[in-house]
Formats: sequence, structure tokens, C-alpha cells
Amino acid sequence: MASKKDFVKFDKVDKSYDGKVLVVKDLQLDIAEGEFITMLGPSGSGKTTCLMMLAGFETPTNGEIYLDGKAISSIPPHKRGIGMVFQNYALFPHMTVYENLAFPLRVRKIPKDEADKKIDKALSMVSLQGFAARMPGQLSGGQQQRVAVARSLVFDPQLVLMDEPLGALDKNLRESMQYEIKHIHESIGVTVVYVTHDQSEALTMSNRIAVFNDGKVQQLSSPDELYEKPVNSFVAEFIGENNTFGGEVSDISGGKCKVKLANAEILANPISVKGKGERTTVSLRPERALINPSTKMDNLHKGKIEEVIYHGDHTRVRINLLGNPEFILKVPNSSSNLDIKLGNEINIGWNSDDARALDPK
Amino acid sequence: MSSETKQILTTDGIPLEVSLKKAEKKNKIKAFLLVAPLLFFLIITYVFPIGDMLFRSVDDKMVTQMLPKTFKAMENWDGQELPDEEVFAAFHEDFIKLVEDKREGKLSTQLNYTKNGFKSIIKKLRRASKKFEEGNYKEQIMAVHKRWADVEYWRAIQRRAPEFTGQKYLKGMDMYVNEEGKIVSVEEDRRIHRVLWLRTLEIAFFVTVFCFLMAYPIAHLLATLPMKYSNLLMICVLLPFWTSLLVRTASWMILLQQQGIVNDFFVGIGLVADDNRPEMMYNKTGSYVAMTQILLPFMVLPLYSVMKTISPSLMRAGKSLGGTPFVAFWKVYFPLTIPGIGAGCLLVFILAIGYYITPALVGGASGTLISNQIAFHMKSTLDWSFASAMGLMLLSGVLVIYWLYNKIVGIDNIKLG
Repeated sequence: MASKKDFVKFDKVDKSYDGKVLVVKDLQLDIAEGEFITMLGPSGSGKTTCLMMLAGFETPTNGEIYLDGKAISSIPPHKRGIGMVFQNYALFPHMTVYENLAFPLRVRKIPKDEADKKIDKALSMVSLQGFAARMPGQLSGGQQQRVAVARSLVFDPQLVLMDEPLGALDKNLRESMQYEIKHIHESIGVTVVYVTHDQSEALTMSNRIAVFNDGKVQQLSSPDELYEKPVNSFVAEFIGENNTFGGEVSDISGGKCKVKLANAEILANPISVKGKGERTTVSLRPERALINPSTKMDNLHKGKIEEVIYHGDHTRVRINLLGNPEFILKVPNSSSNLDIKLGNEINIGWNSDDARALDPK
Repeated sequence: MSSETKQILTTDGIPLEVSLKKAEKKNKIKAFLLVAPLLFFLIITYVFPIGDMLFRSVDDKMVTQMLPKTFKAMENWDGQELPDEEVFAAFHEDFIKLVEDKREGKLSTQLNYTKNGFKSIIKKLRRASKKFEEGNYKEQIMAVHKRWADVEYWRAIQRRAPEFTGQKYLKGMDMYVNEEGKIVSVEEDRRIHRVLWLRTLEIAFFVTVFCFLMAYPIAHLLATLPMKYSNLLMICVLLPFWTSLLVRTASWMILLQQQGIVNDFFVGIGLVADDNRPEMMYNKTGSYVAMTQILLPFMVLPLYSVMKTISPSLMRAGKSLGGTPFVAFWKVYFPLTIPGIGAGCLLVFILAIGYYITPALVGGASGTLISNQIAFHMKSTLDWSFASAMGLMLLSGVLVIYWLYNKIVGIDNIKLG
């Protein structure tokens, strides 16, 4: 079975609730069959709206959504056959776990013995065998979450939507559930569209991530590309930690550019700057800058240590560097970094390739 | 020994339980003092009156105390033939004393409840008794009126001997104890209470049904609309609460009368002929319409408070799992609203069963309820013990309904807000 590249297709979708503000602007998004795609963004960025349009609880104001080649805007939610996991699980509190799982099978008039098999399979998938007779209220948050996942999968949908499903769980449980959902996805090959505002969740689970802001997809790419090569300063800021320098391009040549800051000049990798005189924000990941680098690096500057925060496996060091008092360094916990003391002046170096000159903030 | 070893001590060596009690004593007193005013209020305004009502409904001491000697003398009477001279003499002695106290009128009223015909013969006896000679009272009394020579009337007097009686309750069910001491129903054309009880149940039931049918969509709308609209709607629902019950009922009179606005409208749109305007007031229709409108908020509010807690994502989940909107509603939403339905229905039904002013004003003859009958006996006939008896019957009816509800739905399954 060849997987389709555009199993789900958002085609020029606009959405407005009040006729004044566009919540989703000209959304163009293809989701391949069997893919785990995450819509990531701050609240109000339009990601949940996109999910609701796909599920059928909201209608696009303009444009069309295609599922497996068919336009679905006029199909009511119950005929779309899309599984969905809701933010607060939305388990039916008056039904047992078994009845919850049987609900989608009963409305599809699947014979009881076949339905029982499917329910058994779904429950074992989330390792909840033996819980069929419980009421949702008797389950812990994590167990309820698993039931919700099992229920969204029990009727073998081709597409499952998850709307911040782990938001209500505590940190440890959330992490283990991330892996569990990821493994379920890998083992049954269902297409998953996942919405979250938690970047680490998105990075852990997804094949591709669509970063939403202001109703638009800012960047759609794999987790590593998103982190390593953000295309604009919003993505760079939103994903992971980020050090920035605001300045003006003073020279650009040979895949490198010079950026003039208030009282210094740094070398950077021109991503979204085209020519001299443009304003830019240079983004640099904390782990790409080194203290007293042993190898030659084309940026080397002195900074003063303002704050040292001990994190166990690493130490975060805040440095006043080139007029940026918020410059963060992550230093691995090893015996070689002895001169990290408050107030010390240290040398910091990084490669211009890692310093990405993006659009100005 | 084992209990000694089990006892846990605090660090100071006092048993933990003792220490705990001591520590909580102050809070307990505080809590009691906070509740005390309400407790006294309830005792004074609720427990005491109901106890008094219960007592009144079975109390029959009045006659017992008016004719103490007679009843004592009657103890030896078998009730078959006319009583002998001893009873007549005792009755005469009691009666003379009553006449002196000017209380013989009360006796006649009381005895008349038991059997019709006592009023006139007691009046006659009072007049005649002034000229009575000493001795042979049986002859003299029997000569006053032929009813005094009728053993039925003496049996009627004897039936009033006990200090407590359940006859008011029987009367409330259109039954009485006949001469043979059996409980029988009154003649068909004199049964008024049973009809009223049934009508009360019927009207309360249908008012509950109508309220439910109207309140459910309103409550749903209230729970799902955005805040600014739902507040407005809530005010519309509550507005009747802020208006006097009397005013609301009176406005229904204006609306429903034969020359009223509703009838004018029906005639205007050609639904009914001008000379054939339907009567919508002073009958059951009036009671139904006005009571449904007045009791509607009592259904809306519990429903609303339950629906408010139902997450909209449940309906969405139902739909996304493949249920049609109807299936999602019926299998998911509706079962979750049952606590509210139960609370609303119970509330409306219980309120409707004891409704008074509205049916009195717009119910007419065929739309009045048992409470109107109770009021009638409180105000007009002054038979308070009968009114009390019917009040208690109503109360026990409500308790039975409550009990049934608990059996069927479960009282834990109720949510008033």
C-alpha cells in the first residue's frame, strides 16, 4: 500500500469566528498517510481551530479540506470516521470503560463478538486489560487518558486527532504517555494529527511539526530541522532556548554576513537577510557557544558572568555579552570548567554557521 | 491487653483519641452555635406546627371532656338496645353542666360531624331540660324528640368516647365508620375528596410533564449559549420569580378570559369563531397554563445547573465516534442530565401538589386542588382537625413520592444546584 502524500490536505483554508479577525490564514498543509504530525504553537495561534475544522466541529470560512481525496467540509463529524482524543479525555462518565469503547462500534452496528475482540485488542494496546468493567471516575488520570486513546482507535479510523491529550497529566506520566502514544502510532501506522503547546512533547513524538503563530504555519519540518534550522525568529524563540542579537547587516558575501551590533560586529549565517542595511535578529542556540574554545571559531568575544545556576548535569551561565545581558550558556558538568565564577570575564566562541541571521523581531 | 497495646499516645502521654476530642471540642461547639439559630427556627416553625397538626388531626378530646360521666356510664352498655336510665341520667348531668357553661352549642356541632341531626335535637333538649323533673331522665329525654329514642344516635355519641380518632382521615378519603363499626365509603354522589385527590395528582403530574418539556430546551440553551446571551436569558427565566405570584396569576386571568388577549388573538387569526370562544379559565386549562408558567423556573434551574457541568466535548466525542447528533444526545447527553431531571420533576411535582393561590384564582370549580379544600376547612367550616388531617395526608403523599423516587432513581442522583 503506497502511502499518499496528501492524505489530508488543507487547501487555502481561512477561518474567522467574528468576520473581523482571521484565526487561520490561508492554511496550506499536506499530511501524508501514516504520518505523525504535530501542530505546535502558543494558545490562540489557530492550531486547535485547524483540528476542529478537520474533525468537523468548525467549518472553514474559505477554502476546503480534503481527506483521502474527498472534500469534507459538508460532511458532518459523525460521518467522517475520524478518531479523536479530547483535552479532558471526554470519556462518558455514566458508562463503563467497556461501554465507552463499545460506543463507536455499536453505532456502526458491528456484531457483539467482533466488537468484543476489537475492544480487547484496543485495551491490551494501552495495557488496560481487566479494566473493562470500571467506571471512568474510578480510574487515574493516566488510565483515563489511555481509555480515551483506546476509544479513539477501537473503530480502526484512518486518522486520529489528539487535542492536547496530555495537558492534564503530571510531568512523569506525561513523558511515559508520550512514548506510549508514539509506539502505538508506530505499531498500527495510523495517521495522527496532534495538537500541543508543549514543544518537548512535539519534538519527542512527531514525524513533522507545524509551528503555528498568528493563524499561520511558520515552519513545517522534522523536529531536528525545526530545532537546528529555524527559518524565522519566532520559531527560533519558540522551540528550545535561544540567544539573540539584534543588529544591522553591514556586509554579506560567500554564505556569510557581518552583523553590526551596538558596539561590536559578529559573523552570522544569512537565512532571511538578502542585502546590506537590513535589520536582523541573529539566533544562536546556547549549546553551540563554547567557553574558551579549543578549536578555531570565527566568532570570539569576551563576556562577564552575571549569574550561575546549578542544574545537576549542567550549569546554566548567564553572561553579559556584546550588550546582551541575557546571553545563556549551557556548560556540561565536568571538572574542566573551573573558572566559571560570578564576575569572571571569559572568552566565548561560536561558529558563524550556527548563528542564524533571521528576520528582525 | 490488646486494646492497651493498640492505644496510641501523644508525645505528652495522653491517649490520642482523648487529645483529638479535646482539640476538636472547640470547633464542634462553634459549629453547633452556628447551626443553632436555624435549628431553633426549624423546631419552632416546622417541627412544632407539624406535630401540632398531627395531634389536632387525631385529637378528639373535646367531646370526651364534655361528656365524661356519660361515657363512663356507657362503658357497661352493649350498644344493642337503647341505653338504660344510668346513661341517660349521666348524660343529663353532663348536659346541664354544659348548658350552664353555654357550651352545648359546641357539643351539637361536634356530634353533628358524627351524625347529622344532632343540632336540632340538642337545641330542643336545652329548652326542654329547664323543665325537667328529677328522676327518670330516660323517659323525659326520649320525649323531647323521637331521635333521642333512636339507638343510632346514642351509638353516634358512644363513637365519640375515645380521646383519639382517625375518622378525619377516613373522611378525607370519603370513608367513614358505619354503625357496625366497619370502614365503608360514602355514597357515590357525596364523594368529593377522592375526586380532588385524583385531580391534584393528575394536574401535578401534567404540570410536571409540561414544565419538563418546556424547560429542557431552555436549560440546554442557557448552558450552551455564550455568557452575554445566557445571562439575558437567565434574567428572562428568573423574572417571574421577582414578580408577585398574585400579580402573575392575575395577569393570566387577563390573558385567558373569554374576552381576553389570547382569545382575541385566536379569533383574530380565525382559529375560533367569535361567538364560540373557548373557556380557558375557571377550569383545568387555566390551572395547567398558569401553574406551568409559574413553576417553570423550578424545573429550569436544576436542569441548568446539571447541564452546565456537562462538558461540551462529551457531545463532540459522541459525534466524532460516529454517533448521529441524536444518538450522541440520547446516549451521552440525556443520561447525564437525569440528576437534574429528577430534581426538577420532584421539585415541581411536590410544589404543584400543594398549590393553592393559582388554582383558587384561575381553576374554577373543575380546576381546584386538594389544598383549596384544606383552605376551605381552615377558613369557612373551621374544622381545623379535618384540615390538619388532609394536610398530613398531603404530606405523607409527598413523602411516599420521595420514597418512590429514592427507590427508582436514587436520592443521591439528585442535584438541586
